Amino acid sequence: MAASEAKPPAAARSQARERAVAYLTSRHRFRLAEVLPWVLALAAYFLLPDRMTFGGQVLIMVMFALSLDLILGYAGIVTLGHAAFFGIGAYTVGLLAARLNYSEPISGLIAAALVAGLIGFITGWFLLRYRGLTLLMLTLATAIMLQETGNLRSDISGGYDGLPGLTIAPLFGVFQYDLYGHVNYLYVLGVLAVIFFFVRRLVYSPFGQALTGIRENVRRMHAIGSPVHRRLVTVYTIAAAIAGVAGALFTQTNAYVTLTVFDFDVSAKVMVMLILGGTGRLYGAFAGAVVYMVLEDYFSKLSPTFWQFGIGLLLVLAVLFARRGLLGLIEDAGRYFARGKP
Amino acid sequence: MSVAALQVQGLNRAFGALPVTRDVDLTLEKGARRALIGPNGAGKTTLVNLITGALKPHSGRVLLDGEDITLTGQAERARRGLARTFQINQLFRGLPVLQNVGMAISERDGHGNNMWRPLGSSRVIMDEALDYLDALRLTDDALKLVRELPYGRQRLVEIAIALAQKPRVLLLDEPAAGVPSSETHLILDVVASLDPDIAILIIEHDMDVVFRFAKEITVLVQGAVFTQGTPEEIMANAAVRAVYLGEESHRGGRHG
Repeated sequence: MAASEAKPPAAARSQARERAVAYLTSRHRFRLAEVLPWVLALAAYFLLPDRMTFGGQVLIMVMFALSLDLILGYAGIVTLGHAAFFGIGAYTVGLLAARLNYSEPISGLIAAALVAGLIGFITGWFLLRYRGLTLLMLTLATAIMLQETGNLRSDISGGYDGLPGLTIAPLFGVFQYDLYGHVNYLYVLGVLAVIFFFVRRLVYSPFGQALTGIRENVRRMHAIGSPVHRRLVTVYTIAAAIAGVAGALFTQTNAYVTLTVFDFDVSAKVMVMLILGGTGRLYGAFAGAVVYMVLEDYFSKLSPTFWQFGIGLLLVLAVLFARRGLLGLIEDAGRYFARGKP
Repeated sequence: MSVAALQVQGLNRAFGALPVTRDVDLTLEKGARRALIGPNGAGKTTLVNLITGALKPHSGRVLLDGEDITLTGQAERARRGLARTFQINQLFRGLPVLQNVGMAISERDGHGNNMWRPLGSSRVIMDEALDYLDALRLTDDALKLVRELPYGRQRLVEIAIALAQKPRVLLLDEPAAGVPSSETHLILDVVASLDPDIAILIIEHDMDVVFRFAKEITVLVQGAVFTQGTPEEIMANAAVRAVYLGEESHRGGRHG
């Protein structure tokens, strides 16, 4: 073996080795700071009881942004059509309830995940041969085509008037949804926790590492024998399924759905949230979605006509001063202050 | 007679109207130590890209261990034991050095489909990756991001990744280019200490490296094989000196 050739001082070498091994074996371990978002989410439940409907919407967007982080932040797939899967999930649950009178929530989520995942698999298999601008246009076109299909068959989809007044069966057959969204909030939070656990396992696994490799250097991945296309289609399918679950929760908690869920706005908004929070770092989705939604809510009350100015300003500031998102900013600040220490 | 590790037969490739590879035949026996030399623009890197599958030939065949891989994808060729280094670094710049090498091992052993087990829990992969880093004196840099390293040290990572693939055929595209001369010997030592069964093709401009390393030399000129032979034969070949070694011919005395 080649290693026997090297002769740096053995002690120093093994020390460096131990450090390297220690880093890698601890990288995926749960850190205390990771409790924070969940504690905050639970605290919000007790401290802001009259804002739970809004809170549920925020958590749904967190989940949607998290699904985008898998493909954009980790695998480096740039898409402007992620709303397609959110919309498919939303309509799976909506159509089941409106047309087939089937509204059991948990199985509805699973159905939404399967349908969105299937569409993700099929479109991904074709689209993920392309990258960059081409991919951007193709994903955008996919979402528009789905929206127009819904529009064409408005007898089924309800068109832009949507499927209003859906009745959703009680959760586990017991917990009826209340007007104030308390049950909804905990329901969405629970689903988010399950999905987050899965996503977290995934990004620290060898598969997740391979995705990062594809983002960092595709040519190198080909050269070391990685089946790049298969990896991309796999993660695209998973992300589509998660986006589908987020869409399904959207329909279940609002008890209505219209074709606007496929809007370009929705795809763009979720991307803005993720970039604002920080891509490829799991919790960027949390920070971005919460900050965006809260500010949007605040600005729109402040000035119902010009609220978008505030969001625009925020984005300009983020691009100028926080290129790696809010979490990147916090990280930089942490490093800056840590420098003072010995 | 045993099957050659790598065989290239009648390979042709053009970019538009410009033929860059013309009827190239090349054979690497098991354990070959062959250098590919030629003036700039001779089509050396294109040939490597054709062999690895990064480019498709317009005609001709590539055989790995006697099996036709002309239509096989790049990744599949890599999994079958064909590894390369790039003339210009192709690394995961935003990832630690250790992970760059670990990635190659993980893909080689087919762990890349695993979505559940944390990467860091595989001590075997980490230890193996660290062995390659040790050999190239990169252990101290194991946790640094690749982009934080000077270019010459990044070249060593490029080599470490290729070694980690445990190839049967290894194509080195100017491995020492950009490496400070104080560290070139590291690369050569490591390459020299590789399993003698591995067939190696090295593209190199540094004639000292070529003559130290290679047992056979192929000269490529304008996309075609100009001649091939032992280092002594190539050194003695007046035509080769005219097209390529011209400015270096004073060194011929060492061999003559």
